[in-house]
Amino acid sequence: MAFLQYEGVGIAAMSAAVPKNVIVNREYTDVFSKEEANEIVDKTGIEQRRFADENTCSSDLCFAAAEKLFIDNDIKREDIELLVFISQTPDYRMPATSVTLQHRLGLPNNTIAFDINLGCSAFLYGLSVVYSMMERSNLKKALILDGETRSKVYSPRDRRSAFLFGDGGVASLVERDPKYGKSTFSLNSDGSRADLIMIPAGGYRKMSSAETVVERVVDEYGNMRSDEQGYMRGGDVFNFVIREIPRDIKNTLDFAGNTIDDFDFIVFHQANNFINSYIMKKMKMDAAKIPSTIAKFGNTSSVSVPLTIVSEMKGKLDGEKEVLMSAFGVGMTWATAIVPFVDCVISDIVEVENGHAL
Amino acid sequence: MNEFLELFKEAIEREGEVKMEDNFRQYGEWDSMAYLSVIAFMDDKYGKQMEEAEFKLLQTVRDIYNFCTGE
Repeated sequence: MAFLQYEGVGIAAMSAAVPKNVIVNREYTDVFSKEEANEIVDKTGIEQRRFADENTCSSDLCFAAAEKLFIDNDIKREDIELLVFISQTPDYRMPATSVTLQHRLGLPNNTIAFDINLGCSAFLYGLSVVYSMMERSNLKKALILDGETRSKVYSPRDRRSAFLFGDGGVASLVERDPKYGKSTFSLNSDGSRADLIMIPAGGYRKMSSAETVVERVVDEYGNMRSDEQGYMRGGDVFNFVIREIPRDIKNTLDFAGNTIDDFDFIVFHQANNFINSYIMKKMKMDAAKIPSTIAKFGNTSSVSVPLTIVSEMKGKLDGEKEVLMSAFGVGMTWATAIVPFVDCVISDIVEVENGHAL
Repeated sequence: MNEFLELFKEAIEREGEVKMEDNFRQYGEWDSMAYLSVIAFMDDKYGKQMEEAEFKLLQTVRDIYNFCTGE
């Protein structure tokens, strides 16, 4: 069991940005019929998503969120000494997007900046990395920017993924203060399941070529995609989630000496309503404590946990709140976190178009 | 066995009859989402899980029944 615990580090403030463009799934019928769209929405609970336009990247969403965070919380830019950018949809293969954001946000050159590329569980991994660096240093403030444009990853002609994913970016300010108390993380990996969710081409194993961009029919249902687009083997992902997630949550609670009733909120990765409802039911969790943005933002990969906090918990994080987070995805990787929130300031969500906040 | 058939029928939201010898892959209701429901059904009602590669070998409703009940 790989558990990590930290003392006196916490999230002081959060903000988020989403593209202005709303995709209404029941009307997303250029390729599939209305009947198919309705059937998928009924099952997944994903009514709407946000799609970034061609001039908007994950970095732009994060930039807009960060500017909002700085203004709303009167943050001095020179106090940010650590910047971590979490994404699997960065601007370039190199350089790291975190470094371009250091400059764009006007942060000093002594800012520690690097990217974390991991997928849906990455916010919890990133939080743990930042908490660790903050606990063992005199760094004043850290900024976690988590952004994804999964709309650009999946084929609109593959019904297994065409209705699920959306885009967003979140900025979180991390500070040291004894008031935060103890946080606990469980971080896990299983590379034997690397082929369950994958974009096969465009890396250095299978480099981009004329061949890799050709769309092909990939199954008996007539779904189409290229090797540059992501695929997901939903059945085995679900098998994996059923087996690993309840067990990891239980182990983490045992390690920390908590029970599920100790928490004010439980925030899951927003995969889809079918999976999340099943876990809630299986673990006999109180649905009233589980905020959801599945209906309005869909699956935004690593952004889904923090975006759900910003979207649904504004005004609910006054005083001390115990929050359990659980996320899983591509890798496969999965994580559980017990994170105390103390008077966390949540900004209103910003909308972005053509790379800029509106 | 009748209880299994009822639960299975409910899981895949089938309107017509469900019989043990049916090839469930030929049902109009059978698709990747019905498959997710069957995974949940097998885990929830019988505590059983099966990887997709193995599940692909199952053809009839009875194959699923045998797996769920360990027969």
